[in-house]
Amino acid sequence: MSCDFSATLLHAYLDGELDAMRASEFERHLETCRECTVTLGSAESLRASLQRAQLYETAPPELRKKIRSKLKISVADASRSPVAVWRWLAAAAAILLVTGVAWFALSNFRSDTPQSVTAAEVIDAHIRSLQAGHLTDVASTDQHTVKPWFDGKLDFIPPVKDFMDEGFPLIGGRLDVLGERNVAALVYGRRKHFINVFVWPTKDADTPIHPPGSRQGYQWVHWRHKGMEFCAVSDVSPQDLHELAQLIIQQ
Amino acid sequence: MSTTGQGKDWDVLDSQDRARFEQVVLPHLDAAFNLSRWLLRSRADSEDVAQEALLRAFRFFRGFNGGDARAWLLQIVRNTCYTWLEKNRQVELMTEFDEDLHQQSSATPETLAIAGDNRERLARALETLPVRFREVIILRELEGCSYKEIAAITSVPIGTVMSALARARQRLQRALTQPAQQEAPQ
Repeated sequence: MSCDFSATLLHAYLDGELDAMRASEFERHLETCRECTVTLGSAESLRASLQRAQLYETAPPELRKKIRSKLKISVADASRSPVAVWRWLAAAAAILLVTGVAWFALSNFRSDTPQSVTAAEVIDAHIRSLQAGHLTDVASTDQHTVKPWFDGKLDFIPPVKDFMDEGFPLIGGRLDVLGERNVAALVYGRRKHFINVFVWPTKDADTPIHPPGSRQGYQWVHWRHKGMEFCAVSDVSPQDLHELAQLIIQQ
Repeated sequence: MSTTGQGKDWDVLDSQDRARFEQVVLPHLDAAFNLSRWLLRSRADSEDVAQEALLRAFRFFRGFNGGDARAWLLQIVRNTCYTWLEKNRQVELMTEFDEDLHQQSSATPETLAIAGDNRERLARALETLPVRFREVIILRELEGCSYKEIAAITSVPIGTVMSALARARQRLQRALTQPAQQEAPQ
């Protein structure tokens, strides 16, 4: 690269891994540097191709079976009669299933970032929504209008509640796409600003409200709660976002 | 059988460990298989290696401190893959990693979009990359790992992850848009 910015920074920008200051510095640079603009375009195009090509290869079912049997995950007491073993196995399977479900629902196991949705995508979606006519598909401050509106449009129903009294009036909802899946977007107001709360189902365990991230002057917070994954993004203060996140969790 | 009581306690602990392993680690089997498949460039070999890695993970499971289970498992998978490559395909690990960065890719977003639309071609281009470049692409683009997670999995500083990823993407673009040159045998 002949310009001052290294290729490394450009890729960190693409991945949403630059801090807010360096990201905005880089954006100013992009306005005048054609070379970086082209390089960024190529890198984005490459990423889109990789996403489209579906290169992910999942484990064959036999492998899963083989590993389970090697680990003897269904531990049986071989000294019992076959019937007893069978009963015991059924009971063990039921216990495993219950503890498994409970673990997923209750544990605080955490991973650091939303898995397939990047900060960049979330912020892009937020910015897109602010363009004229894009903010809401259903404009209503009534949670009983917004919630049923999602019915049949998604394979899940997001939790919808108005927090007008707490200073976050519900403005409406819309369908959006994040990480190649359909998500619900709930729009809340905060003074004269808008907050997008993206919601989609997850199989991962609950995680607490993640410390806010920041990029291009926007803030976001992320958490998982009761089988739903949430990401709230806005230009309001991180404290405000955190407050809204807590209200949503407590509803 | 005078120690039956004690033995029973151990058994209970053991089955609890197994259940926890099943809940915490086994859900990431697909991630383990995908990583080894791309590192080894073979589904058949990666079945063996992924299985070995999972058994290893189980042996080390008591040392797992309850953090990010996917990153923890993928680190073991990666190490197992490298050990396997050392034994079976040492040449691959010696492939030049530190090639010049100055050769600018001629790829434009348009040519890339066309070349990248072919899954086979993309997969082949990915497989021509040295394994250390390939792994960061797989972890970032297919597995969606953050730089921090990739750094943990590959045991290198975050700065190294950044520069490896930048180089890997450039190499991949070149491989896609100049296939004849890149697909020549090393």
